[in-house]
Amino acid sequence: MREATLDNGLKVLVQEIHTAPLASVWCWYRVGSRDEGTGLTGVSHWVEHMNFKGTANIPRDQVKGIIEQFGGSWNGYTWIDQTTYLETASIEALDRMLFIEAERMDRCLYEPTECESERTVIISELQGGENDPEQLLDMEVTATAFKVHPYRHPTIGWQSDLEAMTREDLYGHYRRFYRPSNATIVVVGDVDSDDVLRRVEREFGGIPGGPVAERRRFVEPPQQAERRVTLRKEGTTAYWKAAFHAPAFGDRAFFPLLVADAVLSGAAGLNIWSAGRVPRPQRSARLYRALVDTGLASSVGGSLMPTAQPFLYAVSATVAEGQSLAAVEDGVLATLERMSREGITPPELDKARAQLRARFVFDMDGVTDIAHQLGYFETIGSWRDALDLEGRLAAVSVEDVHEAARRTFTSSNRTVGWFEPQADACR
Amino acid sequence: MPLTPLRQVLANGVTVVVQENHTTPAVSLLAAQRAGGYDDPDGREGTAALLARVLDRGTATRTADQIADDLDGRGASLTVSAGRHQVGVSATCLVDDFVPVLAIVADALRNPVFPGHDVATRRGEILTTIRQEEDDPASVAVNRMFRELYGSHPYARRVRGTVDSVERLMRDDLVRFHQRQFVPSGHVVVVVGGLDASLMLSAVSDALGDWPAGSGRPPLDVPEAPAAAARCQVDIAMPDKSQSDVAYGFVGIRRADAGFMAASVMNNALGQYALGGRLGDSIRERQGMAYYVFSSLDAGLGPGPVMIRAGVAAGNVARTIASIDAEVEAIRAEGFTEKEIAESKQYLAGSLPRQLETNAGIAAFLLNAELFGLGADYDQRLPGLIRAVTRDAAIDAARRLLDPSRATVVVAGPPAGEPGP
Repeated sequence: MREATLDNGLKVLVQEIHTAPLASVWCWYRVGSRDEGTGLTGVSHWVEHMNFKGTANIPRDQVKGIIEQFGGSWNGYTWIDQTTYLETASIEALDRMLFIEAERMDRCLYEPTECESERTVIISELQGGENDPEQLLDMEVTATAFKVHPYRHPTIGWQSDLEAMTREDLYGHYRRFYRPSNATIVVVGDVDSDDVLRRVEREFGGIPGGPVAERRRFVEPPQQAERRVTLRKEGTTAYWKAAFHAPAFGDRAFFPLLVADAVLSGAAGLNIWSAGRVPRPQRSARLYRALVDTGLASSVGGSLMPTAQPFLYAVSATVAEGQSLAAVEDGVLATLERMSREGITPPELDKARAQLRARFVFDMDGVTDIAHQLGYFETIGSWRDALDLEGRLAAVSVEDVHEAARRTFTSSNRTVGWFEPQADACR
Repeated sequence: MPLTPLRQVLANGVTVVVQENHTTPAVSLLAAQRAGGYDDPDGREGTAALLARVLDRGTATRTADQIADDLDGRGASLTVSAGRHQVGVSATCLVDDFVPVLAIVADALRNPVFPGHDVATRRGEILTTIRQEEDDPASVAVNRMFRELYGSHPYARRVRGTVDSVERLMRDDLVRFHQRQFVPSGHVVVVVGGLDASLMLSAVSDALGDWPAGSGRPPLDVPEAPAAAARCQVDIAMPDKSQSDVAYGFVGIRRADAGFMAASVMNNALGQYALGGRLGDSIRERQGMAYYVFSSLDAGLGPGPVMIRAGVAAGNVARTIASIDAEVEAIRAEGFTEKEIAESKQYLAGSLPRQLETNAGIAAFLLNAELFGLGADYDQRLPGLIRAVTRDAAIDAARRLLDPSRATVVVAGPPAGEPGP
């Protein structure tokens, strides 16, 4: 690993991997939906969309094709703590990838007509998500679980804000957060580190430095009582969800809770980019045996995401045809309460560790995944965390997991959501 | 870096393909039996899909719990899924766990017992999934498209089956399907990962070499599907949904069709390149109507569909369909530009190293090459085959496959005029 910081504050991470003639470039920014105030929810994600729409030196009609001609793929995503952009292509495209990211950092156009055209694309993205009852329920539960912290609102934003936001809101957000000292460029692949550092200096060195506005800090007050939401809409299937306030990635309680999740629902790993590509091993997991093997639910899963500030541990279940939300709720809560009462066994800890170690290998499958992990953890902490997951895992004891379960799985720490399908009069 | 797969056909007919890749200390395995939902008995649609769910839930010598404990204890992932023409097993594990995980895969393929309890539970899961699809405008539109396009052709049937057919499925249905269809002849196993090729080959040979050969199955001959004679549109009201899904499709071609490569380039230029090709330029980029719009080409043993899909506000459905019509008409009349075709070819040929980076990507490529008889050096030949497609051939493919006057259009979502909730 090579690490460097340019004079303007841009952090550069380079890792050489010579197994395929490819390179992956990711440019990360410390800005996400937690940096959005009232009335501007969704601005970070919309800015991400605008940053694909032409720059001072890449005319709008030439954006398409720069990476494709090298057989490459490009994309980006925005979440609560971060915004990121990537290209993975044959090694010949390295200069073009760096050029695109340098342009994106400082020279995007924000043509007013393009901003307008993208408003409806984003509302279409939001409405497509709303077609999925599980996403609707997730939005409601998350919004209910937080009173103060901006993790409460969905990254895509509320539709009312998307309808009202202006071009100046977007451009202001871009200018405030897209600075070299707020970014990390990660290059992984069939490259020479010294050569990459020279090219990065050439492309990015001229972008002015200067301070970035402090991110506003919010502390969610401890939850005092259980919260519940019930969503009733036309549908065919019932969904159950509970969210518990959970430690941030940097907290020493994070890994014990990650082990608890592995015991409850099978280890899912810590790469949110590749999540789901390899299905989690969960058939011997406690929740699977209690809910799915008994026929109460057709699926169940836990989710603990690595975040900069305390977020949520969520358990979601799809109620099996003919079963009830109440029975699923009883089954999940009884399983969680048993863990907070009795903890886990040493063989369960061994199994969870074996699963997580395998997942950490699968999480780094190829240059794109490796570059993602380095940049992701640098953005919420340090890239070194991506390479020390096993160390933190090894330190977890049975007692730590019991303590994490005891503290997390209390009734006053949870928000429970029900999606109750209503019969459709038209069908 | 070209692939250098080792291929061996065992005495009983199992084909084994292995490829070393030492990027990570992990292994990906794909095993494919050439039978799927297409082979479900009439009235028993969903048999292959349910069999896939129960195949690894207990064997003559291992209980479902033992298999679960063993796999979960290693952090190994094992899934079985059914397609139209195959049941596939996919496993991912660390290199040290490969031999024991392979033993479980082989045991599940050869000696499943289909425990009654698991048949009932997994049947319930499939029923739930079918009901979930009934509430999802994208699934509703696509499922209806298959019915409209294929009529009495077997491709009108869903691999997952229907509520009626799945409710009727019993353990005996799975036992019979397994006895008839799971034979070594034509079975393909692909292993890619960080072990010696000879070790992977001998491990598969040890695990499956003594699977009794039985009688081979005759080659499958999927019938032709007649193209639609006229345009038709079906609107399915889902009033509580936020936006509509549009599917616009035609009966397409087989993988073995001489025009396949030209059709692939055409499909890329039409609705794939960058953010959805020509269609994306019009419907997403210029008109801002959709987050997603794309085309797909499903060419397999039989003539799968060519489909265009978009998710748009109910009020924009008519404009979206008109835009698709206009783009398709323009391509039929004036063709693609030289630049469009050159770009698509360059992209498709150039993306191969990326596709072949990971164990899973390599395994999927090699399995596909084996199933369609494309050759062990297909990764070397493919770029040339793509570059050989001419602009005229791509335009001919569009004229042959796409015709607005005979399009089948399905719209699922809130009625037009209602803005959605």
